[in-house]
Amino acid sequence: MAEVVAVIASTHHPFYYRASTATGEDRPPFADAWVRKVEAFRETLTRARPDVLVMVGSDHFHQLWLDNMPQFLVGKAPFYDANFYNEEREFGLPRMFFTGQEDLSSYILREGIDAGFDLAFSNELRIDHSITCPIITLRPQNDLPIVPIYTNIFAPPLPRPSRFVQLGRMIRQLVESWPSDQRVAIIGTGHLSLELGGPRQFGPHGPDPEFDRKAVEWISTGDIEGCLSEVTLDSLHLPGNATHGFMDFMLMMGVAGEGRKADYVDTYDLFHTMEAYFTWYPGGRP
Amino acid sequence: MSKYLLNKFLFTVDRDPELVERYREEPRATVEWWESEYANRILGSHTGESSTWLRFDDVEREALAAHDYPKLFELGAHPFLTLTLFIAMFERDYPPLGFQTEYAQRLSHMKLPYPDIAT
Repeated sequence: MAEVVAVIASTHHPFYYRASTATGEDRPPFADAWVRKVEAFRETLTRARPDVLVMVGSDHFHQLWLDNMPQFLVGKAPFYDANFYNEEREFGLPRMFFTGQEDLSSYILREGIDAGFDLAFSNELRIDHSITCPIITLRPQNDLPIVPIYTNIFAPPLPRPSRFVQLGRMIRQLVESWPSDQRVAIIGTGHLSLELGGPRQFGPHGPDPEFDRKAVEWISTGDIEGCLSEVTLDSLHLPGNATHGFMDFMLMMGVAGEGRKADYVDTYDLFHTMEAYFTWYPGGRP
Repeated sequence: MSKYLLNKFLFTVDRDPELVERYREEPRATVEWWESEYANRILGSHTGESSTWLRFDDVEREALAAHDYPKLFELGAHPFLTLTLFIAMFERDYPPLGFQTEYAQRLSHMKLPYPDIAT
């Protein structure tokens, strides 16, 4: 059976690429420290020597639209193009190209549907920065096949937080039962407190540092129960109007497991957001 | 009232570089053209299978024609779509992060709970 060699949860900051590649006067003052943190985080994936990456993210109204909106969708394609015109325009992100691990996509779809998750699928999926950002930060050589999994954290009605945790648990079980000898890393990205297009956006910190502190505590200690007892679809409006992206972190807590402390935790307080980086090694630290 | 149609306008304009510039320069004419020619297109279908029933109400049409993004927020347009498109149109006229900061300030009268964005 396949082995889950690393579980990684991260924020996805679309400005990292531009900040980390800027030089001279264009290079922001926070870039060097940010690059150091990201490179240390990258090492936690490198050390696990994965063969395949399962990538959990959320389309930001790029390919998925309100006339046909899936709650949870698995890409099943031999290849994926990536990044969209408006991400090149606003964030300076490059066009990218991925190979798909199509047999694992098929397995997750078949077994996931049979296990009670009516997963949508896509045979031609252009993926966006929720998945390309962690490739840029964690695997910039982009040399591994992927299975993209999208969640709807964006267009209400949304699934409830507990459903994200359940999906995370199921993804973990399915990867571990996949008849293969591949080493799989499961990587998901979301947000802590975040406001976009509202009065609290682009402040000197994330919009709710207290929420961020609690969120980092929940994630780093694997406190799924505590997190679920406080976080609801309604409560997530309070820390910032885009904070529902935190549910992708909850999904990754489900992947990592109840009570499972993260083996690596780091944060970086930036303007606009708190960046947060977590790695678990289910089989022990490599 | 159609939050869906407001979002559809923002979504379809934002992804088309030519339409972004057209909406920046001629907002009223672009909104009128879009409502008559584009609003009823089903995006995955050819134009012979368009919808027949989608239209803005007067308040929505005016908010778009006036580039009135605080009003779009009040009407429940998706804040991510509004922000992304308006950054594309107007960030260039400001110092770095200047437009985003002014945007937040112009919405500072909005208190929780924000308008419902469910469509």
